[in-house]
Amino acid sequence: MTARPPVPAHPRLGARLAYRVQRVLRPRPGLRWLSARIEASGPARTLFTGAERQAKQALFGCRMCGQCALPVTGYVCPMGCPKELRNGPCGGVGADGGCEVYPEMRCVWVEAYERAAGQGRAADLRLLHRPADHRRWGESSWLNYWQGRDEGLWGS
Amino acid sequence: MSLRERLASGAFAITAEISPPRGADTGPIERTAALLRDWVDAVNVTDNQGSNVRLASWAGSLAALKAGLEPVMQMTCRDRNRIALQSDLLGASALGIRNVLVMTGDHPKFGDHPAAKPVFDLDSVQLLWTLRHMRDQGALLSGRRLDPPPDCFLGAVENPVAPPAAFRAERLGKKVDAGAQFVQTQYVFDPGAFGRWMAQVRDLGLHERCYILPGVGAVRSRRALDFLWDKVPGVQVPDEVYRRLRAVPADQTAAEGARLAAETIRQLSEIDGVAGVHLLVAGHEQAAPGILDEAGVRVSRESEGHDGR
Repeated sequence: MTARPPVPAHPRLGARLAYRVQRVLRPRPGLRWLSARIEASGPARTLFTGAERQAKQALFGCRMCGQCALPVTGYVCPMGCPKELRNGPCGGVGADGGCEVYPEMRCVWVEAYERAAGQGRAADLRLLHRPADHRRWGESSWLNYWQGRDEGLWGS
Repeated sequence: MSLRERLASGAFAITAEISPPRGADTGPIERTAALLRDWVDAVNVTDNQGSNVRLASWAGSLAALKAGLEPVMQMTCRDRNRIALQSDLLGASALGIRNVLVMTGDHPKFGDHPAAKPVFDLDSVQLLWTLRHMRDQGALLSGRRLDPPPDCFLGAVENPVAPPAAFRAERLGKKVDAGAQFVQTQYVFDPGAFGRWMAQVRDLGLHERCYILPGVGAVRSRRALDFLWDKVPGVQVPDEVYRRLRAVPADQTAAEGARLAAETIRQLSEIDGVAGVHLLVAGHEQAAPGILDEAGVRVSRESEGHDGR
């Protein structure tokens, strides 16, 4: 989708801290209001999206799919999987937990499972992720999240 | 009796994998179908296996059907987006192909066109969910109505031994929730490890919602053994299996591989919740009858009066 092909990324933010930050970022009336204001202004939106890109790229190797799954994948980005799998690992994971395509890298789902299970969040990985909306690439997933556009992303 | 009916009857089901030819002729599939017809309930027709171009899975499935052997059409997420995948299901169903096996697919890197663009628009769980939705809700992902909806028996794959081991049974659960009615597994060379995974599967009650067919392969040469040992993603050959197949003279590897496969089938068939077996013999399908005979499992076709179990 983007020019950069997916490559597994090791998150630079510990799982415990990531879940703490998540509590602050959870949608609420204040954030909904703020995100609407940011979206209403072109430059503010560009600036905000750029800041999100910088921060999430550095911390999680984010590729800006615009519909963030991090809170339910142990804060390991599934879009770094060379197959962009959003529902768990493929069958090609090596015996050592290495990625099928980049054996020297760890499978993002092996890492996601370890990090989520380590924080008592293994059940998150059972959620069914619906097909991604590829029109969202490059958008700010935080704005989409606070505006409630992610609600159709999970569930059977 | 169809594969679906056979599984529903509680009888031990047998499927085998065949790979379509690299060429514009369905003759090889017809010959393989004639060879396997009396031995298996259905054949899986692979979808550009290992990311190598072959005759299309739907066309190979149609050829098997015409030759009197029920096909399981394999469908990967690697080469087609959601538009093409939904369209293929409609086409397959209209042509009488009922069994569909959904999988992610190997990465193009491993095949004969490593420069290809990988698609992976949907993942295997999403594709299962989409196909079930088409059948049960009579609608496309877009919401548009289908008239008539497709009829299909949906299968999934799982690798019981790949990491993260603690999540593999759960992952099958996701697939069952999404729509999988049967599952065929990656090569099982270690019935003990498979049994541990099956215990987790039973704890989740998945064996009651989905038919489980472990995959059993027959190693036909030392070269094939070495290839499985370190070249096939996700396959784990235990040391003792490797040593056993290496211990016999090279010209007897195939015979020992077949014996091992027959033993594995017998061991797997004893495990609670196993509904059948899936033979991974693509490329050397002629080995299948001997293995099944030695394992003592046969399909019962009323017309031919075989003894079934």
